[in-house]
Amino acid sequence: MSSHITLRVARYRPEEEAESTFEDYEVPCPRDWVVLDGLNHVKDQIDGTLSFRWSCRMGICGSCGMLVNGEPKLTCATFLADYAPGPIRVEPLRNFPVIRDLIVELGDFMGKLTRVKPWIIRQVEKPLSDGEYRQTPEQLDEYKQFSMCINCMLCYSACPIYGLDPHFIGPAAIALAQRYNLDNRDEGASERMRVLSEHDGIWGCTFVGECTKVCPKHVDPAAAIQRYKLQAALDWVKGVVLPRATS
Amino acid sequence: MAVTPSFDVILVGGGGAGLRAAIAIAESAPTLRVAVVSKVYPMRSHTVSAEGGAAGVIAPDDSHDEHCYDTISGGDWLADQDAVEAFVREAPQELLQLEHWGCPWSREPDGRIAVRPFGGMKKMRTWFAADKTGFHMLHTLFQTSLKYSGVVRYDEWFVTRLLVDDGRVHGVIAIELATGRIEVIPARAVILCTGGCGKVFPFTTNAAIKTGDGMALAYRAGAPLKDMEFVQYHPTGLPFTGILITEAARAEGGYLINKDGYRYLQDYALGAPQPKPVLRTMELGPRDRLSQAFVKELEKGRTIDTPYGPVVHLDLRHLGAALINRKLPFVRELCMKYQNIDPVKQLIPVRPVVHYMMGGVHTDIDGATPLRGLYAAGEVACVSINGANRLGSNSLPELLVFGARSGRVAAEYAAGAPEPGRHAEAQLRDEQRRLETERVQPGGRERIADLRQEMQAAMEDSAGIYRTAAALSRGVDTLRALQERARDLRVEDQSRTFNTERIAALELSFMLDIAEAIVASALQRQESRGAHQRTDFPRRDDDRFLAHSIAERQTDGSCRVGYLPVTITRWPPAERVYGERPPDRGLKHELSHYTSSRTVPS
Repeated sequence: MSSHITLRVARYRPEEEAESTFEDYEVPCPRDWVVLDGLNHVKDQIDGTLSFRWSCRMGICGSCGMLVNGEPKLTCATFLADYAPGPIRVEPLRNFPVIRDLIVELGDFMGKLTRVKPWIIRQVEKPLSDGEYRQTPEQLDEYKQFSMCINCMLCYSACPIYGLDPHFIGPAAIALAQRYNLDNRDEGASERMRVLSEHDGIWGCTFVGECTKVCPKHVDPAAAIQRYKLQAALDWVKGVVLPRATS
Repeated sequence: MAVTPSFDVILVGGGGAGLRAAIAIAESAPTLRVAVVSKVYPMRSHTVSAEGGAAGVIAPDDSHDEHCYDTISGGDWLADQDAVEAFVREAPQELLQLEHWGCPWSREPDGRIAVRPFGGMKKMRTWFAADKTGFHMLHTLFQTSLKYSGVVRYDEWFVTRLLVDDGRVHGVIAIELATGRIEVIPARAVILCTGGCGKVFPFTTNAAIKTGDGMALAYRAGAPLKDMEFVQYHPTGLPFTGILITEAARAEGGYLINKDGYRYLQDYALGAPQPKPVLRTMELGPRDRLSQAFVKELEKGRTIDTPYGPVVHLDLRHLGAALINRKLPFVRELCMKYQNIDPVKQLIPVRPVVHYMMGGVHTDIDGATPLRGLYAAGEVACVSINGANRLGSNSLPELLVFGARSGRVAAEYAAGAPEPGRHAEAQLRDEQRRLETERVQPGGRERIADLRQEMQAAMEDSAGIYRTAAALSRGVDTLRALQERARDLRVEDQSRTFNTERIAALELSFMLDIAEAIVASALQRQESRGAHQRTDFPRRDDDRFLAHSIAERQTDGSCRVGYLPVTITRWPPAERVYGERPPDRGLKHELSHYTSSRTVPS
């Protein structure tokens, strides 16, 4: 393995240029360096103007998602050596407006996340003095995988529907809606269902499952979307056949 | 002149403490205007990285007094006992509140909350969500906070300065990262919830964002820092990355072994090895003792050399794949991804790594600092419940208990405090001039990364696990020199849009101030207590140092250290004993002399 590798990094400086360009940087390539280490080497030693987000460097804060050779990746968990001999193309996540260099605008997702009401909704809140809501390990397993979403946006970047139709509420927000819908402490599924049905983007999801493939935390948003569609279809049928059965 | 709407309370930092405080205000005083100002989106905050769990007494065989005793003895009697009692009393309610908000706590088969053992704790009282407890707590808090539409968020705004006038805090000055806009955000009260400052050290579990911003903001505004010399090394970090391998790995039965495969902790007054984990014994001893034992093993030549320095091994192999997958899935994921080893079959190389600041902004039991209108909660604050050494799984409930307390108390204060006035504008103009001048100033000679690295090396050299007067004095001099060199910083990036280099320069400046406070406090404490070990003063000295150090910034930028008494209520100072039954506790003694302010070292 060569001791260095070239990072071909997308640069975009909105105050100076109308579109993004690529710049090459040669960085060391020890076995345990990840793409993010390479970017930090550039920032610290070669070009202090390169801008990107990062924080925990252990795959849990969700900050450092980028395209690596065209694929959405957490750069803290993507090893340089796996791309030898290079060069490695590093770009901002696809399907988002770029603020600068490798930094994308997340405001759209933040709004969508709020819209699906990702919190416990109950008709009557139990007082703390009554202790915990019981939840067996099996009940926990019902929603657990959907609670593992770190909001890293890789799934939005991979989603062909979101790419075409930015109104689509998107994989992570739907997975998080399901995370609460499937929680036995929650009673808000019908409220969330209304939000999810506001826009027909969800019916455009063709079960390509790109979201699930790129998820670094093994969440299965595609399954959440299919479950939602099935539920929505059942509700529709119930609404037509047995109008009084719907809430 | 950009002045945004005025708020009643601003939270600086959107991690666990900040979000808990925001929700407390939204619930207790729904008419108040609240803002969360954070340099990252709240769900990126470092609370997300906490793994093992959160302590709160719920088991029938447990008691508040036992949790108090473990915490106080674990902290080598430097904790304020009234604060510990409040903390222990309120922690279970807070954890239960999170359960009601949806936190996916791990459960018993019948659906009740499960608890696990943890280091330095005599009873099983650590709630957990597998080994991603902080992640689940943070996302639960963040998602719950979204239902309070009155809480305004300033995501990716970096606070550069507190507005202070006439001895009161009146808001903050902050840069919006995306645009470079510099604005005053006026408020009647400000709560600092920015977390710790692990990044002043070279090898840390802390995320890149842990640069002590809140500590520096307070310190510069005239609020003192307390007990800054107490820096926790976690005994088990992965070499190179410093990624934390949670204490839960030992709580579930992992062994620490040296190069001979020997469970070396038995040589360090931590009890005798048993096949199964025993509470307050061996691998479930407190973090300070375990990290110190590593250094002793290193000196005896019994560690293992690796390209990233000496390590010992954490052995989980006997636990089996099923238990590891159920209780420690993140440990396995991190080892496989970052260390290329599978703990089901292989030994995990680990070494001590800077993890947590026991010290922080000096607050009272409600999170109030001596500066009117300024509060602090979470790791940024020092209440103090952690004393000279924090027990694992006390920090997550701490940020809930004191986040909620400070939120409620700041809300009450804000309701009666004067409206922030026009004086803000002069300070804004000053700050804008300073930041703009620095942004476009070309031609400095010193690289940010170089100074940062030299600062980190100086900190490890002087304020590591074992300290001496000579090394600490060297540290003081090095940091002074770095402060001088930092005036000539080279910042290549002159743009306004998401200028991360500019932010890195501001963070470096914050860190240098904090580093000086740590080293100055450590130099002056001529004793060994908890995480502060002086080889030139190897004993605890209650006559002179049963006292909180108080570091205050002087007008010339230097640090002056004084002392305040420790509050002792029911647990008089005693020897820390691990590996056997702790001494009788809960006895009420005549303690008045401990609470007087007699301990002012010369």
